[in-house]
Amino acid sequence: MERRRPLRVGRAWALYARRPPLSPSATSPPQGGRSAAAIAKAIPAAISFTLLLAAWELYARYGGVTHGMLPAPSRVLLQAWENRAALADNTLPTIRATLAGFACSLAAAFVLSALVDFLTPLRRALFPLLIVSQTLPLVAIAPLIVLWFGFGLMPKIFLVALVTFFPMMVALVEGFAATNKEISQMLAAMGAGRWRIFWLARLPSALPYFFAGLRISITYAVVGAIFAEYAGAAKGLGIYMLNAKNNFRPDLVLAAVAVSAVLTLALSGLAVLIHRLAMPWENAGSESRDGKPSGESR
Amino acid sequence: MTRLELRNVRKSFGALEVLAGISLHVAAGEFVSILGPSGAGKSTLFQLLTGALKGEGDMRFDGAPLDDHGRHFAFMPQRDALMPWRRVIDNVTLGLEVQGMKRREAREQVAPLFAEFGLAGFERAWPAELSGGMRQRAALLRTVVQQRDMLLLDEPFGALDALTRAAMQRWLEGMWRRHRWTALLITHDVREAVSLSDRIYLLSSRPARIVSEIAVPLSRPRAAGSDAARQAAVLEAEILDTLLNPGADRASFPQTAQRRSS
Ligand SMILES: Nc1ncnc2c1ncn2[C@@H]1O[C@H](COP(=O)(O)OP(=O)(O)OP(=O)(O)O)[C@@H](O)[C@H]1O
Ligand SMILES: [Mg+2]
Repeated sequence: MERRRPLRVGRAWALYARRPPLSPSATSPPQGGRSAAAIAKAIPAAISFTLLLAAWELYARYGGVTHGMLPAPSRVLLQAWENRAALADNTLPTIRATLAGFACSLAAAFVLSALVDFLTPLRRALFPLLIVSQTLPLVAIAPLIVLWFGFGLMPKIFLVALVTFFPMMVALVEGFAATNKEISQMLAAMGAGRWRIFWLARLPSALPYFFAGLRISITYAVVGAIFAEYAGAAKGLGIYMLNAKNNFRPDLVLAAVAVSAVLTLALSGLAVLIHRLAMPWENAGSESRDGKPSGESR
Repeated sequence: MTRLELRNVRKSFGALEVLAGISLHVAAGEFVSILGPSGAGKSTLFQLLTGALKGEGDMRFDGAPLDDHGRHFAFMPQRDALMPWRRVIDNVTLGLEVQGMKRREAREQVAPLFAEFGLAGFERAWPAELSGGMRQRAALLRTVVQQRDMLLLDEPFGALDALTRAAMQRWLEGMWRRHRWTALLITHDVREAVSLSDRIYLLSSRPARIVSEIAVPLSRPRAAGSDAARQAAVLEAEILDTLLNPGADRASFPQTAQRRSS
């Protein structure tokens, strides 16, 4: 019978990841209107965003603050453009650190979660350790790691992995545990062994959890990389922000912040895209409700 | 020839006694139903048969103790257990793949059966694109293509609406007349048991024991309008009566059926 219970971890993303897998999606809009509906959904966000920027712009211009204190968004944009070469030069290392760290974290999370899935006692040994790792204050840890590993890529990878490994690990372990009991039981009756059941049922069952975790932790990854660079680096958005601050250039700090925001959005957009491509069955239910068997057209 | 034989099979979950001595047998080519109330332990019995759980008592297949589990049975779980991430045809081939057949070969083997199961044209559809009845037929197809000695069907139509269920029962009867599978069916639908089975075991509520064994010597097909259907309706009413009044005197049990107390 089923050996595990769902994990209880009091983190927002864990709740997020616990959404029911593969419910024939109630959220997906009716056939044909998907892109139009997506645009319609984005309108409120666009309005609030524009209003905020406009208010900021007005306040910065007419509110009696110097641009050394609070630069207007237009000035941030202008300065970003003028310093585009330096910004790009510092963005690349951040991207590299983010992706390298995240890749390591994913690989480790995958291997360890699979191990934990096969050897349940291992979970009791590992999870307290992992939970403690999540309580470490990055502000204190980042400089220490730079002290130990130097200014190279290593400490960045380490910090990115530190902040993203746990969410991915929990998402995967929970995803494995969410496997339909009857499916595993049926596979066992068919003669499948544990490894076969893992491969045929547990792994695919974990995909929705995996992608929910991916979308959240990829944003942590960028923050982790910038933090690592802030603590010490030759190049990168983090060290660029630090230098701009020390030169009393809040406009450049904000320009770098904007770049990191765009980077984060792009990465989580990429995660959503991969999610869509990897799980084509997720939106399948809504297509044939009108009676047309899509099986025939394919 | 007796294929499956259970003698005094018992199972408890801690203090909860679920099966209190089940004895039954299924002969080759026979369609046998286990009819019992919800929560009686019917699914638990199948879990013992497939080896998912361990119980006490004697379970034999073709006279040999049933220890090498998963060899003899093709098992259809209570909910269809289709994998949402596999296309219908790949769900159907699952058992063959687990047995080591190449996916292409397995697909070629099952593809001709789709028409018979009312699934033609839906080979490449996702399970979410099927109606409830189609899902059950796909799950049943996945079960029968494994070509095991015996089918274990756990409430295959329990989740369907009454109309679809009636249609599916009629369809399954036709399929069974053609293929003569040895089958053990779990149900709590009296009509389903009567219209499909050669014999029916009535189960008490938990802890489950066999209350009675009822032969259903009706000719097939048992479609509506036939003589058999009329007799089936009488039998059905009498079984329902037995189930609803477990304490009542059961000496006046149907003339159409022979009862052996067990
Ligand atoms: N793994 C388990 N651990 C503890 N109790 C269990 C377990 N599996 C089943 N039970 C209990 O055994 C009893 C019988 O369950 P079972 O699923 O066999 O009923 P059933 O006859 O199939 O019912 P239904 O017709 O509703 O499917 C129930 O009371 C259930 O709570
Ligand atoms: Mg059941």
